[in-house]
Amino acid sequence: MTVRRIMGIETEYGLIEPGNAWANPIEMSTQIVQGYAAGVPHADWDYAGEDPLSDARGYRITRAAADPSQLTGDPDLTAHGGGFHLSELRRGSIRGGPANAVLTNGARLYVDHAHPEYSSPEVTNPRDAVVWDRAGDEVMLEAMAAVLDTGREVVIYKNNVDGKGASYGTHENYLVERSVPFHELAHHLTPFFVTRPVVCGAGRVGLGQRSQEPGFQVSQRADYVENDIGLETTFNRPIINTRDEPHADPDRWRRLHVIGGDANRFDVPAYLKFATTSLVLWLVEHDHLPLELEALSLSAPVVDSWGVSHEPFGHELSTQGRSVRALDVQRTYLDVVARFVDRAGADAETTFALDLWDAVLDGLATDPESVAHQVEWVAKKQLLDGLRRRGNLSWDNPRLAALDLQWADLRPEHSVVARLDAAGRVRRLVSQAEVHAARFAPPADTRAYFRGTMVARFPGAVAAAGWSSVVVDAPGRRALVRIPLSDPHRGTRARTTRLFEFEEIDELLSTLGGE
Amino acid sequence: MSSQEFASSSRREPEPVPDLPVPAPAQEQTRNVDDLLDEIDSILVTNAESFVQGFVQKGGQ
Repeated sequence: MTVRRIMGIETEYGLIEPGNAWANPIEMSTQIVQGYAAGVPHADWDYAGEDPLSDARGYRITRAAADPSQLTGDPDLTAHGGGFHLSELRRGSIRGGPANAVLTNGARLYVDHAHPEYSSPEVTNPRDAVVWDRAGDEVMLEAMAAVLDTGREVVIYKNNVDGKGASYGTHENYLVERSVPFHELAHHLTPFFVTRPVVCGAGRVGLGQRSQEPGFQVSQRADYVENDIGLETTFNRPIINTRDEPHADPDRWRRLHVIGGDANRFDVPAYLKFATTSLVLWLVEHDHLPLELEALSLSAPVVDSWGVSHEPFGHELSTQGRSVRALDVQRTYLDVVARFVDRAGADAETTFALDLWDAVLDGLATDPESVAHQVEWVAKKQLLDGLRRRGNLSWDNPRLAALDLQWADLRPEHSVVARLDAAGRVRRLVSQAEVHAARFAPPADTRAYFRGTMVARFPGAVAAAGWSSVVVDAPGRRALVRIPLSDPHRGTRARTTRLFEFEEIDELLSTLGGE
Repeated sequence: MSSQEFASSSRREPEPVPDLPVPAPAQEQTRNVDDLLDEIDSILVTNAESFVQGFVQKGGQ
């Protein structure tokens, strides 16, 4: 059993121009993306990898390239001869968007709706997911500085609500075995997703989509859940999203797109969000679903989403025949996983994740303040309660809402979380140095390595890149060349080291193509 | 399974993960909340009401 799998996270950030309520958010987002991209090597986005037609083509490419000659940097593979399945494209046929950049760390930075969005590179484990998620925050900080250099102040917030009705997402993605029936996934993930905000919620001042009632709740996103299952992401938001665009061999994989999570400033909730979700997915993939999980089936999951967020310890969820609380549900999932690990063993990272999950659930059950340095909503509530006590403030006092917003302010000098960090009150799982390096460096063990390194090594020659392709414009070639990256596990550092020893991109292409 | 049982259970040879630091117990936190509140007070915007009102976003995903 393992927490490891291909995963990634996308964050839509909030943004304002202080003093200008009429500032156009699309224009500001564009400035942010372009301002950052102007100062770093980057490539345009390959939109062709996005449409269903291309998915179908990816399928054929995957089949064609199914022989072990995929990336010839691997010495075992070159021995077999044969080439990588490259396809040619007419010059001028690639149309990059105006604000869309593939970065050297393998991430995508772009404008989505009216927000700047950072989509992390694919990683293989929860710890790396935290590193490359936080790298996105640093990218945004530098983007703010770049825009400030042009004389305009734009401030970026890592949260999910404005308190006036708008919500913008933080989406996780997990690669899941296609063989698992989707209804099984939905069935077993629903009680888990409804209750996981007690562990990984970021906390929020205000109840209701427009914060129409004063109060505090554990989740940023819960009040925007309106449906149990569906395709939508911008309205009528479901607990289980059915988008199915794997960016990988669709015969083998689906991509589970999770839209209900909060943007986190703490490491522990971010880490546990990935780790525990990955473990529950493992249970479903391996059909290890004892009756106690079956018994968690919820009769009113949407109402429970709101209830858990508003009353994390008090809300009773209706399962078949009995009522349980959120911590009981999380404990049940943990127990099933832990029992399996006791029997069959697990790698060190999985053991670490289980111990952390256990410690946090235990702390929440016995003395929530004892885990304030780990559980983001508890830390936020602790400060809010302190302010309320001191100033005798009611929950509708704007100072409390201001603290909630400044929690999400990425600028260290204005950030509440930066103060907590400086005071040693936030447990960090990854170092600032690692996060800093991850602005530019890709993860070594997924195809993001190939994508990012291509952009870093040959910035002028990469015409575009996407999740499952890199398009090269090599001098002397009559057409563009698209290199498919249909397997997220390939294109790793280990497999491509030799490719990146070439000085000229043409040599790299020739080797890849088996010429 | 209780948390005590879980904590003492013999999972198979868990190797330490060297670069993940061990948790700092809550009592080792360097300053208490009240001390910190003064500092938080000093960075909170002075015009909280207009700041909060002015934080308006367009919807997203």
